[in-house]
Amino acid sequence: MTATDPKVRTVAPQGKPKQRLGDIVFSRTSLISGSAILAILAAVAIFLVGQSVPAFVADPEEFIGSPASFWDYVWPLVFGTLWSASLALLMALPLAVGIALFISHYAPRRLAQLLGYIVDLLAAVPSVVFGLWGIGVLAPAVLPAYTWLTENLGWIPLFAPPVSGTGRTILTASIVLGVMILPVMTAICREIFIQTPVLHEEAALALGATRWEMITMAVLPFGRPGIISGAMLGLGRALGETMAVAMVLSATGIITINLVSSANPSTIAANIALSFPEAYGVNVNLLIATGLILFLITLVVNSIARYIVNRRKDFSGAN
Amino acid sequence: MNITRVGSFAAISVAAALVLSACATNETPAEEAPSALAGTLVGAGSSAVGAAQEVWIAEFQTANPEVTVTYDPTGSGAGRETFLGGGSDFAGTDRAFNDEEVAAGGFASCAEGSGIVQLPLYISPIAVIFNLEGIDELNMSADVIAGIFAETITNWNDPAIAALNEGVELPDLAITPVHRSDDSGTTDNFTDYLAQAAPSVWTYEADGVWPLESGEAAQGTSGVVDAVTNGTGTIGYADASRAGDLGTVAVQIGDEFVPFSPEAAAAVVDASPFIEGRPDFDLSIELDRTPDSAAYPIVLVAYLVGCETYLDSAQAELVKAYFTYMASEAGQAASAAGAGSAPISATLFERVTAAIDVIS
Repeated sequence: MTATDPKVRTVAPQGKPKQRLGDIVFSRTSLISGSAILAILAAVAIFLVGQSVPAFVADPEEFIGSPASFWDYVWPLVFGTLWSASLALLMALPLAVGIALFISHYAPRRLAQLLGYIVDLLAAVPSVVFGLWGIGVLAPAVLPAYTWLTENLGWIPLFAPPVSGTGRTILTASIVLGVMILPVMTAICREIFIQTPVLHEEAALALGATRWEMITMAVLPFGRPGIISGAMLGLGRALGETMAVAMVLSATGIITINLVSSANPSTIAANIALSFPEAYGVNVNLLIATGLILFLITLVVNSIARYIVNRRKDFSGAN
Repeated sequence: MNITRVGSFAAISVAAALVLSACATNETPAEEAPSALAGTLVGAGSSAVGAAQEVWIAEFQTANPEVTVTYDPTGSGAGRETFLGGGSDFAGTDRAFNDEEVAAGGFASCAEGSGIVQLPLYISPIAVIFNLEGIDELNMSADVIAGIFAETITNWNDPAIAALNEGVELPDLAITPVHRSDDSGTTDNFTDYLAQAAPSVWTYEADGVWPLESGEAAQGTSGVVDAVTNGTGTIGYADASRAGDLGTVAVQIGDEFVPFSPEAAAAVVDASPFIEGRPDFDLSIELDRTPDSAAYPIVLVAYLVGCETYLDSAQAELVKAYFTYMASEAGQAASAAGAGSAPISATLFERVTAAIDVIS
């Protein structure tokens, strides 16, 4: 305020504005924070690359299960990771958008607040608990449905018999993952939907749009970057989720798109958790190398998301 | 208020400690004079031995208050490597060091040219568990078990199963075999049994990682037990102490069907020969999974490995005392109660005692 005061400006002898201690401290702190995240990321990347190198040059005969090559070992895991994460996203995204729309545009204020708290509460549940829930409650509960699917829709490769005897299939694991990524996606969508300019909404309504038309014309286009960001955060969590998958999934290392059989591909993170305790020698490096692959996959996925968000920005109505 | 609570808690603990130690001091003279041993003993290796080690360490440290024993259940492979590199005084492992490893030598805790002492001190039966309503026990031959896990026998009412179980009403239900999804000594021993006892059906080698890409996989012993318990028509294998209320399989040996029991598990170890060409203090066993007499062939044997001659003689004393305790009747009874293992037999005990004597 004083800086904009013309009198003060003329009084100051130097042309430079005066730097205050608070400004300096704050700018330095944020600079350090900003560089810290880069330094941490670099440290992780260096560790991963350094520890992975022995696995790339080692004889594949020494690896767990003696695969033909490093890529033979990694490929089923990569497939399982992407497959389970995309299934989870496919189930969770429409649900998250729906919940967020209900909270931001349909529910009475009190109910909306309560619902918001409940969804956020889901984010605080530890993944081990989700894993236990998956094994103890979800898997037995969905088993009859899986049996029905194999009996009636068994001609679709997704539901080819024989059905799993315990329900611990990749579909069950993906449902657990979907539930786990729901809170973060819902929270981001809700925040962005609430920020839709009221003018846009009122304009749409004034032109005779129904509430649903208003949402498709004003809210969703405005919120698209937010929805994508939320989806990517959720996808990142699903890609990296370890404990719940390791506990729920009956992983046998096969590559299949069958959703209901007991033979399923494993995921990178779950495989590391399962194999690390008994791994020694070059197998430790092998597992860390799979971790590096996961790191790269996440990087690629995030870059794609960034690209989509940026490409869409001009048309989103956010500016 | 918090302080008084902490205070009263501390007071109770002190009182309890006094009372307990009072008991201990009363008992000590009856057994032996207070031990003069002191120092730290570091062990690492098999997680299968982990539960037994906890019991052993607790009891051993009570008897020898000046000694600290630690055991890190990092896994057998890591345990062997740590011992080789000199990071531990003794190792616990699901398989003994093999001929090449022993010949290569270079055990960093041991004196130059010293051999290693390998003792099968932890014998644990592995139960084949299943979940069928109203059936507590089934008879199976090795070929049938192998057929089920290789998925050539896929239904519970298969004639191969029915032929061995007359009078049992077997349901028309698909079999879901459950195996470990992690690398484990239990899988290694189970597949070794299948490979030895049913070579025509089970054409894979013994391995800690399940060799097939089919069947149901679950994490850890508890994961397998959970999957078998919650599933329908499931069958799996797990440490016998964890079988609980599930149905278990009696294994065919000759014309008999032997259910798992500590005695039957110890018997198969007795019936197996020691690996040839090793010194007397290396009691590595070549497990014979096809015994002639009534013995339970699906067992996990874990070894405790130490040096013949240690660099540090004080350390040798500690290892000797600890190994002697683990092999003793009290030690074996403690692990049987605490970890569900099978106590070693009297014949094996004699060999083990003789082997421990060479440690110096």
